[in-house]
Amino acid sequence: MSTLKILVIDDEPGIRSGISRILRNFRVDYPFMEEAFDFEVQEASTGEAGIELIETDKPDILLLDNKLPGIQGVEVLEYIRKKQMNIIVVMITSYASLELAVKATSDGAYDFIPKPFTPQELKSSIENITKRVFLKKMTNKLQETGKQIRFQFLSVLSHELKAPLNSIEGYLQMIRERQAGPQLESYDYMVDRMLERIKGMRTLILDLLDLTKVTSGKGTRDIREINLVDIAHTAIDTMRPYSIQKDIKLNLHGDDVVKIMADNEEMEIIFNNLISNAIKYNKEGGTVDCTIRGDGNCVEVLVEDTGIGINPEDLTKIFVDFVRIRSEKSRNITGSGLGLAIVKKLIDTYKGTIEVTSQPDTGSKFKVKLPIEKPCS
Amino acid sequence: MTTKKTILIVDDDQDYLYQLKARVESFGFQTLLAESQKEAEELIVKTKPDLAILDLMMENEDSGFILCYKMKKRYPEVPIIIATGVAAETGISFDINDENNRKWIKADLFLEKGIRKEKLKEEIDNLLIKMNS
Ligand SMILES: Nc1ncnc2c1ncn2[C@@H]1O[C@H](COP(=O)(O)OP(=O)(O)OP(=O)(O)O)[C@@H](O)[C@H]1O
Repeated sequence: MSTLKILVIDDEPGIRSGISRILRNFRVDYPFMEEAFDFEVQEASTGEAGIELIETDKPDILLLDNKLPGIQGVEVLEYIRKKQMNIIVVMITSYASLELAVKATSDGAYDFIPKPFTPQELKSSIENITKRVFLKKMTNKLQETGKQIRFQFLSVLSHELKAPLNSIEGYLQMIRERQAGPQLESYDYMVDRMLERIKGMRTLILDLLDLTKVTSGKGTRDIREINLVDIAHTAIDTMRPYSIQKDIKLNLHGDDVVKIMADNEEMEIIFNNLISNAIKYNKEGGTVDCTIRGDGNCVEVLVEDTGIGINPEDLTKIFVDFVRIRSEKSRNITGSGLGLAIVKKLIDTYKGTIEVTSQPDTGSKFKVKLPIEKPCS
Repeated sequence: MTTKKTILIVDDDQDYLYQLKARVESFGFQTLLAESQKEAEELIVKTKPDLAILDLMMENEDSGFILCYKMKKRYPEVPIIIATGVAAETGISFDINDENNRKWIKADLFLEKGIRKEKLKEEIDNLLIKMNS
């Protein structure tokens, strides 16, 4: 049996004691759980008192009223989020402030319970949360062994692979039913879209191959002294056809020879991805400038473009597996959203860093630092 | 003369949008399309559809939900279908099959994306009849 700590912050004594009473003898037990849970309830009548208890007692679950005498519920939520505390927050709100509750969920609240609630409503909400706490514990355990990451990755991957298949299947069905009439040309759009989705799947598969190279690590790695400028040249030559199509100038600046201890193929993956993005997300007639400099301990690689740029709020997301930023400007660009994730993982294995600065509509600049032998300061 | 009913379809997969549009138009409806929560919100300010079919996950994992909420606030009588398919696979934190969540998400119907054509028509017709009665 595990006990979860619940903190209730509400200024109405009736609500607080009601919750305590309802949950006193409540237990959550599921066949799939290794253990049952029961609950220990603490109460606070103001946000200030609540925060103190949060600090000292570290509750697992917080039931939070928004309308409080001093600081408001959302401020308590904000506090928890800023401190990145691992607490599941449930807002207790009246139906009238549903809007606020919706906003609160985007600020990190997990759920909301409408007021007034029946004992059953409270119990089923707590039951859900308990399931979640349990799953979180499980995933933490799995994460330690690397299993969880693989699982999540696979489930997103299966979705990413299924989406184009569904779309292709849908078009094929439309064609089979001759939905656009007997004229073959009427189906051109559908065929083009199918080809585009197939292209997307192919990119995804190629990226996956790169990714397995990265994550399988060791063994296959061949670390030796190489000249990064050569690699950049190769990458630029590979990308030349794409840049010509979009009328984009590709320039290489900096030192002529920059030696580094690294695996050739891995460095190619980094350059290929950064340069191909700089072309893909560029505008017709734009430029891509790649600069490589070494200073004894450290190599700095800059890839700058004059493209569509990235919104500030998206900057941190782009290095995550499968993340693609959707916007009007990028809607016709295919990609798997894996490229930068792979780049980041690779750079991490070299103890290097990657940073991005960007101005929407003006361009982006990716700065990579790699230690020549030892980690850069 | 009867005017065609307008169905709003919101989905961030442009191909799904195209296919669903073709299908719904073959049922004799008019369509209104949006590729994101944002686009849809702009659309509904100007036009009131007779029914809406929303994808659950768009820009964010709960875009469809928020959109549904906002639509119901503006047009409580317009039936909303939430199309799912992705939710179950990707393990999002928002569990659509959960009774509690369904209560909050005031959608009139949840449908699998792979649903058969005849069934889809039937469901749309049912919701439209219910609304008019
Ligand atoms: N140079 C850039 N300018 C603007 N946006 C960019 C740039 N590079 C990356 N992005 C944004 O970051 C997202 C993630 O990029 P990433 O390379 O990981 O994936 P992708 O380009 O979608 O797919 P692929 O891995 O197939 O290239 C892109 O969807 C894009 O929105």
